[in-house]
Amino acid sequence: MRPATLLRTAVWLSVIAFLWRPSAFAAVFAPFTHDGAPAIYDQGDLADLALAHLGLVLFATALSAVIAVLLAVVVTRGPGRAFLPMSRSLVSIGQTFPPVAVLAVAVPLVGFGSLPALIALVAYGLLPVFENALTGLAELPASVLEAADGVGMDAWQRLWSIELPLAGPLIVEGLRQTLVISVGTATLGSTVAAKGLGEVIIAGLLSDNTAFVLQGGLLTGLMAILLHDAIGRIGAYVLPRQG
Amino acid sequence: MIEIDGLTKRYGGTTVVDAVDLRVPTGSITAIVGTSGSGKSTLLRMINRLVEPSAGTVRIDGRLTTEEPAHALRRRIGYVIQGNGLFPHRTVAENIATVPRMLGWSDVRIAARIEQLLLLFGLDPQIHAQRLPAELSGGQQQRVGVARALAAGPSVLLMDEPFGALDPIIRAKAQTDLRAIQQQLKTTIVIVTHDMDEAFLLADRIAVLDNGRLLQYDKPTRLLTAPASAQVSALTGTADRALRLLSLDTVMVAMAPGHADGLQLSASMSLRDALSALIWAGVRAATVCGADGEVVGQVTLEAILARGAAHQ
Repeated sequence: MRPATLLRTAVWLSVIAFLWRPSAFAAVFAPFTHDGAPAIYDQGDLADLALAHLGLVLFATALSAVIAVLLAVVVTRGPGRAFLPMSRSLVSIGQTFPPVAVLAVAVPLVGFGSLPALIALVAYGLLPVFENALTGLAELPASVLEAADGVGMDAWQRLWSIELPLAGPLIVEGLRQTLVISVGTATLGSTVAAKGLGEVIIAGLLSDNTAFVLQGGLLTGLMAILLHDAIGRIGAYVLPRQG
Repeated sequence: MIEIDGLTKRYGGTTVVDAVDLRVPTGSITAIVGTSGSGKSTLLRMINRLVEPSAGTVRIDGRLTTEEPAHALRRRIGYVIQGNGLFPHRTVAENIATVPRMLGWSDVRIAARIEQLLLLFGLDPQIHAQRLPAELSGGQQQRVGVARALAAGPSVLLMDEPFGALDPIIRAKAQTDLRAIQQQLKTTIVIVTHDMDEAFLLADRIAVLDNGRLLQYDKPTRLLTAPASAQVSALTGTADRALRLLSLDTVMVAMAPGHADGLQLSASMSLRDALSALIWAGVRAATVCGADGEVVGQVTLEAILARGAAHQ
């Protein structure tokens, strides 16, 4: 087994083992507690929280990816080109806005729960995919596009069978960045009562229990690393070879 | 037959192509030549409507090109560009299958066509069909580009500087191959080039374009012996026109009965190359051999020189 495969398998196994039987790891986290506080998060099921966290992140990323790619497609052709500068600045603003501020604005509008967190994550995840999709679509070789027109592809065939596959690697790279950012940002969702690993961290901070903070932080970090790795591998499998 | 009437393209106030009339006979090769900015590419691209004309009409086999949607028209017309424009994420076979697939051919028919074209272009279906364009040499990519353009058996093939990116040796081979394939398939070809040698080598007729206007459309010989204007002679070059004229004829036309000692030349060789061979060997006559190596006559220096001066 190659070292990378070995490491990947080890990380996956330890995460699954920890989520399946957290109590078995009590001895590992005990040194980080004091005054007889519990070493393992006990106010909810860690596996449940991790799944909810993952679900929120995946859903938000899928939404921002669809919106961002659609936007990039629209502003790279026909009359949509006029909106290119405007959409660029809009999406940049989305990212300069702190996610906490998006949450603060969203809560009065849609109430507490997963929805405001979803809104913040979607807005926050747009930029990497949009920028990369834009670069990918705008910088395709002119000869390839001319050939696509020359052989008689209509606009839809050209987009679907030539432009998107060729821009694919860049789009996937943007998706990867968005996923990693979202896994971290989603912990803030717990401040507005969205279910997720942020709960564990916040509980640890409130009760001065470093073991909780570590568990929430480690799970979040490992989730980001594993997703980053998985997207790269799925991408390599799905995307066309280009020689 | 391609019939072009009053074809014009204006961008804002500038006229890029100015009321061009052109008849390209079925099964012939026409080269459009001119300096850069003469409008030759725009003229070519108006034939398959990659550029929509401002005025004028194009008919292919009697049918107006505006009668059907542009993308449907382009599926009936082969198109080859400089740098081949192959789809980098598709294999050689998939690239060639592009138009047949859009036209709804069956898989069996497409597979047979791919194999037939690869063989025609000197590529091995076993080795090359599943390769990506990046895994081929420049010359092979160029051949696949032409194969893709011919895949659905178009009656018309448009080529825009198709050999421009090739090195001289591969280019010469690609040009002779194209000529041979054209004679086999009888495709009507319009080729844009700024390379006069290429135009004279390939074309049955040459259209000279300058500032969007058609200066002359004639047989290569006529372009040299009866140029329509000083601009035409300037473009075809006057210093080597006698040699260029010789390059248009084969040894066959200057041949006489008899045989000479020493040097042997092929009957299909151009007179220009024959002259060069005679000068190099330091002899005044050579034996002419047919395709099977049999002696068919002789050619003398005097006979060749007479051909070069014959048109004055």
